[in-house]
Amino acid sequence: MNWSLFFGELVSGLTLGSIYALIALGYTMVYGILKLLNFAHGDVYMVGAFVGFFVLQWLGGALSPAVTGWLVVAIMFVVGMLACGLLGVGIERFAYRPLRNAPRIAPLISALGVSIFLQNSALLLWGPQFRSYDTFDLVGVKSYHIGNNFFISNLQILTIAVSIGLTIVLALVVSRTRTGKAMRATSFDRDAAEMMGISIDRVISFTFFLGSALAAAGGIMFGLVFGQIFSLMGFTAGLKGFTAAVVGGIGSIPGAVLGGFLIGLTEAFATGYLPGGSVYANLYVFALLIGMFLIRPSGLLGSPVIQKV
Amino acid sequence: MSSLGGGPPLDEGDLPVAIPEPVDPADVARSGVGTDEWVARVDERRAAQTGISGLIARTWERTPAFGRLVILLGPFAIFPFITNEGNLYRYGLITIIYALLAMGLNVVVGFAGLLDLGYVAFFGFGAYLYGIMASGHSGHHLQAEIAIPIVVVSTALLGLLLGLTSWRLLGDYLAIVTLFFLQAFVIFVNNANGGLNDFSYPFVGKVDLTGGANGLDQIDPFNFFGFHITTTRGYYFYTLIALALLMVMLYFVNGSRTGRAWRALREDPLAAEVMSTPVNRLKLLAFMFGAGVAGFSGTIFGAVQSGAFPGDYDVGLLITIYAIVILGGLGSIGGVVVGALVVNGAPELLRSSSNARFLFYGVLLVALFAALKPWYKAVIVLVGTIAFGFAVHGIASAVWSRGTAGHISGAGNFGKALEHWVLLPTNPSSIAGWSYFALICAALVLTLVSGWWRVAVLIPTFYLAAFVWENKLVEQVAGATRLILLGALLVVIMNVRPSGIFGTSRVEIV
Repeated sequence: MNWSLFFGELVSGLTLGSIYALIALGYTMVYGILKLLNFAHGDVYMVGAFVGFFVLQWLGGALSPAVTGWLVVAIMFVVGMLACGLLGVGIERFAYRPLRNAPRIAPLISALGVSIFLQNSALLLWGPQFRSYDTFDLVGVKSYHIGNNFFISNLQILTIAVSIGLTIVLALVVSRTRTGKAMRATSFDRDAAEMMGISIDRVISFTFFLGSALAAAGGIMFGLVFGQIFSLMGFTAGLKGFTAAVVGGIGSIPGAVLGGFLIGLTEAFATGYLPGGSVYANLYVFALLIGMFLIRPSGLLGSPVIQKV
Repeated sequence: MSSLGGGPPLDEGDLPVAIPEPVDPADVARSGVGTDEWVARVDERRAAQTGISGLIARTWERTPAFGRLVILLGPFAIFPFITNEGNLYRYGLITIIYALLAMGLNVVVGFAGLLDLGYVAFFGFGAYLYGIMASGHSGHHLQAEIAIPIVVVSTALLGLLLGLTSWRLLGDYLAIVTLFFLQAFVIFVNNANGGLNDFSYPFVGKVDLTGGANGLDQIDPFNFFGFHITTTRGYYFYTLIALALLMVMLYFVNGSRTGRAWRALREDPLAAEVMSTPVNRLKLLAFMFGAGVAGFSGTIFGAVQSGAFPGDYDVGLLITIYAIVILGGLGSIGGVVVGALVVNGAPELLRSSSNARFLFYGVLLVALFAALKPWYKAVIVLVGTIAFGFAVHGIASAVWSRGTAGHISGAGNFGKALEHWVLLPTNPSSIAGWSYFALICAALVLTLVSGWWRVAVLIPTFYLAAFVWENKLVEQVAGATRLILLGALLVVIMNVRPSGIFGTSRVEIV
């Protein structure tokens, strides 16, 4: 067996998976509270990657940054996450909130419209070309190895660590804070929560803020690890984040992370091992989704939905 | 009263009648969805719909179904005789192919209430399958009367398979599965050319199925029993007849048992299920029906283009078809035709930038006078915007000479007049980007304010819109701008009038 290929795909799968996990968290939280598939989420991720890029430019670019490389990366994360958090709140306020009591299909179509709007606005403003983060010049990429076959770069470690770290923070926010309690209550029964004096609007806005900020972090990490970003990157990534959320069990935070890693690993190993994998990796991810629907429709960690009348 | 016997008939005045409290007219208007009173007053409101729109609405309702069909499709039948080949293709044929496609989607989304985001993939599947059966590329040349039924049946079966996978959760999950299916379809047709990376199939090995990124070319024109359709006009009438037949069919389906059951499950799947409607079977039926129609439209599109190309079947087309269905009104048969005309016609006009300019300002003007009541507010905004523009232009030419140095080419006197009104910086890229951002913010602020504040915000917003249009949007009218406008249209329609132009407002009784 070719262990070097195996470990290579394993590491790249975990890296990809941690990015998908961050996207999936946003989907899962919004779905948990609003029962809404937020199609625009993938495009928020794309905007996050671009905000990170422009912050990098503004700080002098990768070749001559105004401050040290890692500080630049930190600023990119903070600004990108804040900007996208606000974008998410704005999208909810103007595109979804007026439709909260409309028929189920109305906010979905509205979400589709927002997605197309964001994607093509990016195309209009920033063009179709690829932009490079120039990570090599910015922070320097080091590769560590264990034995002869297992290689992992500092950026890949960072990506996986940041993703797990953010998930833990999120889990703590949801389980330990007052706002988190309000979120859980809203997700359980919105009307009852409102009667208990919870400001539903604020809770939903906060949820969108968190989800969109995590997506932005994912976008910036994608830029750092894979180097290149482009204005149509949100669509496929959003779709996979979505699949991750469904595979893990939509509405469940650990499920989203698990699903993210599963999708990332599926994609990486399909690329390496399955027939036609280098071009058809996404088809195998699709097959995984279909298989999941057939075997366990509520996802790995999801609970079956009981419809109340 | 007297029949009850005993005692003198009571006078009305003796009874303790509750005096109705004076109702604020605004409350009546707002009570809207959710109250029985709103339902009871439906005729009253219809009668109150006076003026031209009310007259049209009433006449339309009195017209028999056949008359409506003639009114809707009659102009299409005359169109080929008054135009040339190129325009017939761009404005006529593509519009009715879109209408046909949208008619199928209308069954899925409008009748059954399923969000099918992979619809375009079935359209592509139809084109590719027809191409595989009848083209110089594949080497087979099947007759159309055999190939088309095969395509329609296999597309419907594919729809059934896809629907079955989310059988237990045919709700939101269908949207994910179908959206991913579209993506998978595009990836597949882009790569299934028997190349190095392609699958090796059991028994047959590597086959060039779709021609990969270059597309499947040399698709045969339709050959019905030896009779070839070769002209655009031929395809046009073929599609028009198919569209008319489909509309008639849907008209009868709509009133049939199945149609009524579809509407019931769209309104409330749970209630329909309780009434022992076979919910999942009906959903799958609608889904299959839509897929079949899409496959059928695909064969026409493939034959007309004499090729099937992966780039044609993407999310852009999906949004276009959705915009048609939603603009026309979910579930409305006639609305789809009007929607197709608007959604396909307008962007075709947008292809030349001087037409696009007239269309843009025209639409702004119409929207202003239609949306802002009373009329004098609209006039104030119009005059205000023009004055505001000249003022800004005057100030800018004094302090920022680069800001007025640009030119508008090829728009005649209107363009020359615009040059004196709107700022045209020589290198507008960065500032236009920020203005675009500001325009979005201004448009969002508009939804939050009302009364005279709205008038005040509208004036700079319009000027900003003109500025962004001339400096940014006009560059890409056929590409990104078109999709931006369609995306915004979906959001706006959903927020303002979810029933579309011709859809019936839905009553939700809580």
